[in-house]
Amino acid sequence: MSARVGVILFPGSNCELDCRRSFDALGAEVEMIWHGDVALPDVDLVVLPGGFAHGDYLRTGALARFSPIMDAVAAHAAGGGLVLGICNGFQILCEAGLLPGALKKNVGLKFLCKWTELRVDNADTPFTNRAHAGRRLRIPINHFEGNWYVDDETLRSMKENGQIVLRYTSNPNGSLDDAAGISNATFNVFGLMPHPERACDLLLGSEDGALILGSTLDHVASDARAAV
Amino acid sequence: MRYAAVVDVMPKEGIADPQGQTIEKALPALGYGGVAEIRVGKRIELQLEAAGPDEARERVLEMCERLLANPVIEVYEVTIR
Amino acid sequence: MTRTDPAPYRALGLTEEEFEAIEHRLGREPTHTELAMFSVMWSEHCSYKSSRVHLRNLPTDGPEILVGPGEGAGVIEVAPGIAVAWKIESHNHPSFVEPFNGAATGIGGIVRDILSMGARPIALLDPLRFGPLDDARTRYIVEEVVHGISAYGNSIGVPTVGGEAVFEECYAENPLVNVACLGVIEDRLMHGRAEGPGNAGVLFGSSTGRDGIGGASVLASAEFDETSLEKRPSVQVGDPFSEKLLIEASLELVRRGLVVGFQDLGAGGISCPASEMTSKAGTGMKVWLDRIHLREADMEPFEVMISESQERMLAVVEPDDVEAVLDVCAKWGLEARVVSEVTKSGRLEVLKGDELIADVPAEALAEEGPVYERRFERPSWIDELQVATSGDDPPEDLAGAFLSVLRSPNVSSKRWIWEQYDHMLFLGTVQGPGADAAVIRLPKGDVAVALTTDGNGRYCYLDPYEGARLAVAEAARNVACTGARPVAITNCLNFGNPEKSDVMWQFVEAVRGIGDACSALGTPVTGGNVSFYNETKGRAIYPTPIIGMLGILERPSASVGLGFRSEGDVIMTAGATSPDDLGGSEYAKVVNGVVAGKPPGLDLDAERALIGFLQEGAASGLLHSAHDPSLGGLVIAIAESGLASDLGFELEASFDHRILFSESPSRAVVTCAPEREVELEGLAERHGVPLARTGLVGGDRFDFGSFSVAKTEATDVFENALPERLAASMSL
Repeated sequence: MSARVGVILFPGSNCELDCRRSFDALGAEVEMIWHGDVALPDVDLVVLPGGFAHGDYLRTGALARFSPIMDAVAAHAAGGGLVLGICNGFQILCEAGLLPGALKKNVGLKFLCKWTELRVDNADTPFTNRAHAGRRLRIPINHFEGNWYVDDETLRSMKENGQIVLRYTSNPNGSLDDAAGISNATFNVFGLMPHPERACDLLLGSEDGALILGSTLDHVASDARAAV
Repeated sequence: MRYAAVVDVMPKEGIADPQGQTIEKALPALGYGGVAEIRVGKRIELQLEAAGPDEARERVLEMCERLLANPVIEVYEVTIR
Repeated sequence: MTRTDPAPYRALGLTEEEFEAIEHRLGREPTHTELAMFSVMWSEHCSYKSSRVHLRNLPTDGPEILVGPGEGAGVIEVAPGIAVAWKIESHNHPSFVEPFNGAATGIGGIVRDILSMGARPIALLDPLRFGPLDDARTRYIVEEVVHGISAYGNSIGVPTVGGEAVFEECYAENPLVNVACLGVIEDRLMHGRAEGPGNAGVLFGSSTGRDGIGGASVLASAEFDETSLEKRPSVQVGDPFSEKLLIEASLELVRRGLVVGFQDLGAGGISCPASEMTSKAGTGMKVWLDRIHLREADMEPFEVMISESQERMLAVVEPDDVEAVLDVCAKWGLEARVVSEVTKSGRLEVLKGDELIADVPAEALAEEGPVYERRFERPSWIDELQVATSGDDPPEDLAGAFLSVLRSPNVSSKRWIWEQYDHMLFLGTVQGPGADAAVIRLPKGDVAVALTTDGNGRYCYLDPYEGARLAVAEAARNVACTGARPVAITNCLNFGNPEKSDVMWQFVEAVRGIGDACSALGTPVTGGNVSFYNETKGRAIYPTPIIGMLGILERPSASVGLGFRSEGDVIMTAGATSPDDLGGSEYAKVVNGVVAGKPPGLDLDAERALIGFLQEGAASGLLHSAHDPSLGGLVIAIAESGLASDLGFELEASFDHRILFSESPSRAVVTCAPEREVELEGLAERHGVPLARTGLVGGDRFDFGSFSVAKTEATDVFENALPERLAASMSL
């Protein structure tokens, strides 16, 4: 059975169709979930897509964390379910306290849409198991607030645990420790600023994003096998 | 009673503030030397009903914790009038 | 009804003759509200009163054209069952007064035009014109315009995939901010028609405020002077979040078949859709002012009728569907109310309470605006300009001249600009900013469109007819370089004050040039926009028609880029180079400081042949790269192909500066694998295109034969020229 992926649609989201298309192409069963719903359908992975949820007014992700669906997302995460936040989705997960830290304005004070090179520094997670440690990925970023920050103490423990999963090889936004993608302590919630769904087709410039998206599907499949 | 509240949200001390740094670099070029420690934050004004000023403050502080500020990177100050 | 004395018409921009025509049409004096409605609907911006007689002559028919000019946007069938909407608009005047919001709301407007056809907006292109960057105010305008496009376009989720930025003295106090948008029809093509008396008019989106009262009409229908900055209150403020919700709600309404037709509220406010939709359908409409959701309670009726508050649409809905429409809007968090009803009367009736405060024939507003045959005359200065030398003497240092041209912000990389735009959303950007044309794979079907905007104001200044033909030819060539077949254009005609005979002559000549070139190349005009009065203190911009060309690429994977592909590939030059084509060139301007002479000569038969060659070369897989020499000529084109791929090259012959920098049209620098050189020559011969072997790809130098520079140096100059000039503004 293929993995079931639920993509949450907030008002102002704009990468939900791209996420659906890229997960579709990898063989997942994708369902769109309205932010106003209070319950999640039966899904293995919840995706918070990029965009400008609620206009990103006040602060990025600040209003979206109060969308009705977010309690169910938190419960899904607490139960060990997989949650993936891409770009704005990452910002929402931080605001919601499901991931540590916060995302500030890029140091250059400009929106940046460009290809970046990432390094996989922890390949032993549900989001990176198709790669090997040290693998370079070519995946684009597209954000104004991607400058991840967390206090020193938390950063130290995150580094020790291997929670800084992806790093930029050339930091585009001032992000602490060159972090591009980070995980919670139990590795079932993952947020990254780069857009893996935009890098699943050589015609568009790269297929490396499929390693990230595909990893989640492999993880679900191996979980299912373990359960049997 | 109706109270007016002003919330000043500022970047936490020690958190880099690129907007402030940019302005700090620009001002000397305009002839304003000796300017330092520029920080850029935001001001939120609101009105609310409450039994007294203490209750008004309590409620606004709660709003700050939950929504108006992000405690990871911001501090806030509430003034009730 | 309350009567009004005629004095206000002048303040509203109407002439005495126009006022009399209104009186004559109504058979009485117009009310305040009626006068305000006429003033916006009969403004230059809304009525095309100076341009209409000339635009009529443009070719508009073609096998792929489903909807031509006169609707929200042109609609083109790109494959069986797959149609796209394509249109360009200007927001020049608002962007000078308030660059951030001017540019932002310009995007909002064109996106709603596309949306009103039932199409999902999926790509934007921004042709921009600014003054020279050594001026601090210009740098401010550049930063704010780009920031406005970035903030609004990115937030509404429509990628900006192309455009241009040109810097020239004449735009210093009249920057041009044009924006083109592509949409793809998702379910069914909509028409902005208010069919069916008894149907309801639902106004949805943002509330109506005093912002932008008479904005487009006031700002875009008069010249600028010192007081222009005081017009700031009439500039609209954009709310991208509302626009995004408006897009999603509108598309859901179309998908569920809940609307008969809709149109956005832009210039002219609600008066525009209320009169245009009914006039097209031969119906009428009753509008109840009290039902319109206002931002400020004490608005006058005339203000409500012409407010240009952003992010609003008027939908015509069958009574049984009203509830469902309101539900969809509520789901998306949008305010929506039934504010009007379609009638049989042919009249637009506006009620406040029980009082009828406006009652005019819809056609009178929408269709019967004045039509002027403005006087035009070839100015004598054009002869002097054309015989003047363009400064063709050889430069002392060819390498230095090359680097100067490469460093010109007109030529150098625009990465600083386009990296601020989301240019990848929707997974369709096969080729994005920096390419000859953006190649966008459509969400449905394996087909792509190629999009470009082009227009050279200098050429048009020297000869508006030739300049306009050159613009169409270049746009078609850019599209063809990617392998696509040029199919249709939309155009944005930016000119000075049409009441001046020389400006009007430029306009008439340019329109004639566009028409001739479009007929010859088989690319009809599907619509566009005219922006007059681009003058400040009596100084007009160069006549600047911008051509937005759309091409069809049947196989997206066959797309050819401008960058070289592999070391060892053979560089060939297709088309003929004339040493006399330096008039109006970047070389003449940058190296010699001259804008004079005649623009390059164009043979449209040669252009058509080249286009056929490029298409077939791409489809057959022969071409590894293709790039047309334009600004800066052959040297810059070859260098750009190297820069785009980080590959050096070596030319096999030495050319003099008049060949290297010539801007002859109808050429392309192409590459192919060495073993297929003969095949490519055969293809060129079949198409009647001269093809000359020029050099080889490889090495770490840009070796032009007569001079050479290190690849790293060229890269440094190309990438850093624009940010370095703009950086001056950081230190103010």
